[in-house]
Amino acid sequence: MALIELRNLTKSFRVYQKREGLMASFRGLWRREYREVQAVRGIDLDVQQGEFVAFLGPNGAGKTTTLKLLSGVINPTSGSALVMGHVPWKRENAYRRRFALVMGQKNQLWWDLPAQESFRLHQQIYRIAPDAFSRTLDELTAMLDVQQLLRQPVRELSLGERMKMELIAALLHSPDVLFLDEPTIGLDVVAQHRIQIFLKEYQQQRNVTILLTSHYMKDIIALCRRVVVIAYGRIQYDGSLAGIRDSFSSHKIVTLQLAETASTDGFHRFGEVLEIQPPRVKLRIDRPAVAGTLAAILAQHTIEDVAVEDPPLEEVIADLFSQAVDGSDRTASPDKVPSAIGSVR
Amino acid sequence: MIGRAVTWWTILRIALEERLVYRGDFALGTLMRFLPIITQIFLWWAVFESIGEGQRSEGSIAGYRFENMVAYYLLTMVSRAFSSMPGLASGIARQIRDGEVKKYLIQPVDMIGFLLLTRIAHKIAYYSVALLPFALVFYLCRGFFVDGWPDSTTLLIFLATLIMAFLLGFFLEATLGLIGFWFLEVTSLLFIYMLLSFFLSGHMFPLDMLPEPWLSIVNLMPLKYLAFFPAAVFLGKVQGAELVQGLMIQAGWVVFFIIAARVAFARGVKRYSGFGG
Repeated sequence: MALIELRNLTKSFRVYQKREGLMASFRGLWRREYREVQAVRGIDLDVQQGEFVAFLGPNGAGKTTTLKLLSGVINPTSGSALVMGHVPWKRENAYRRRFALVMGQKNQLWWDLPAQESFRLHQQIYRIAPDAFSRTLDELTAMLDVQQLLRQPVRELSLGERMKMELIAALLHSPDVLFLDEPTIGLDVVAQHRIQIFLKEYQQQRNVTILLTSHYMKDIIALCRRVVVIAYGRIQYDGSLAGIRDSFSSHKIVTLQLAETASTDGFHRFGEVLEIQPPRVKLRIDRPAVAGTLAAILAQHTIEDVAVEDPPLEEVIADLFSQAVDGSDRTASPDKVPSAIGSVR
Repeated sequence: MIGRAVTWWTILRIALEERLVYRGDFALGTLMRFLPIITQIFLWWAVFESIGEGQRSEGSIAGYRFENMVAYYLLTMVSRAFSSMPGLASGIARQIRDGEVKKYLIQPVDMIGFLLLTRIAHKIAYYSVALLPFALVFYLCRGFFVDGWPDSTTLLIFLATLIMAFLLGFFLEATLGLIGFWFLEVTSLLFIYMLLSFFLSGHMFPLDMLPEPWLSIVNLMPLKYLAFFPAAVFLGKVQGAELVQGLMIQAGWVVFFIIAARVAFARGVKRYSGFGG
């Protein structure tokens, strides 16, 4: 049996709709119009113990909603979920002591007190035995290199340091399942990298199960072997990161290095010309046609060098998101254009 | 059971530490609290002077002589030090709006219990700092307690009414804050509550000055038990059967609002988790 089992999990919300204008605002006082938003529409997912799974998807895709369902913050409209044999939204203490949710944009530490005090509170709330507590705390602070910051009020810590403390607070009770919602949001590259290394090490040492959502491809490339692409409340893809390219990219990028004097005209016959920088030409060619087209080009032109590449992963995923729009009836977020994944560079 | 007690103690201790970060702020705040009372004393001074035609009257209004009046205001200050809950309702409403309330759904901790403990810690921190200015003011004003100090039984009952005033204030405001699960903005509701409480708790004037039927209505409402009732007990204004009845009504309201807060929380969470979170 899988550690996490989702079956046809569905969640829809009612959102208040306000029409434009003052008169409409007045009318809204008496009669409100609501719109049904389907945030999650029938998700089936099995996650085995020890997996590190990434949820990838545009804003409003349903990633965070899924994590909220799994951590029991919200009830589903229909469908079922079992995590370690518990139904999350029953919010049993037995379940709540075995998982943790870290949200990059929310903090749970006491602002005016040193992190140490919040940790003590967690020790009590989660009933952590004193020796286990100090052992785990020492381990985590050493791994994240924050031993000297424990006595400093949290409000005086930098964002990166605070995130490390948030992670420690969440991990003190040694949860078996960890939900991470954008854990590196707003952090600089160095801090992001530290957190990635930490998560990777921690996951390997403890063999815990982690579900992560992130907008940073780097997080996902560094951490997760399995990627679940969610868009418009549905799972669009579930598999390896490399597999996304194989299943969804329909073309290859061919870069031709011509002889210095050769003309760069006439290449549009072979495929979509992406870029011409004499003597270099970049073409997009349909996958099945690559071999044939290359032969034709070589027969007609003097080529000094050829490079055949897959399109960048971000681009493939952006395409995948926009395909998902076409494929669904777009009620989830009709006003939102699927955003490409940010900050890859 | 012991585990739970340790948990509570830790929450209390940590909340206390947090409060003491701002000790300077509320030492000053405590003294400032006595300022409005001075205006009220002058107001009643003028009232009694006008009755006595230029000379402060020795007579009484609704059973209060001038000295009684001052003692009454000082005592309502004490009741309010127990029953007022600055930032409780608005804090709960804000936590609901910001989604901070999720914390209590995810972690194995009870929100109302947690808030109660942190509020007890706030109060302990507050009294430990405020004791000095309070003692000073009471010492300076000792002349107004013309009827002498009440006997020890009355003092004990006074203490019980103060503790119930604290519980009543806490659960009443917690219930109001939890309304935030239904209405995102509760500011105007809280404003109305503040206004009502200002007049009907006895903070503004001794409630037994009210004519019927208002007096009977106010007697049955919870607000009176936040400020007027403890002060009246201290001054010996309620005694015998009336005192027992008053204590029972106060206890009844405490129980009512404990249940109301629990129900509001359970329903609110249900709505919250159904609606969106």
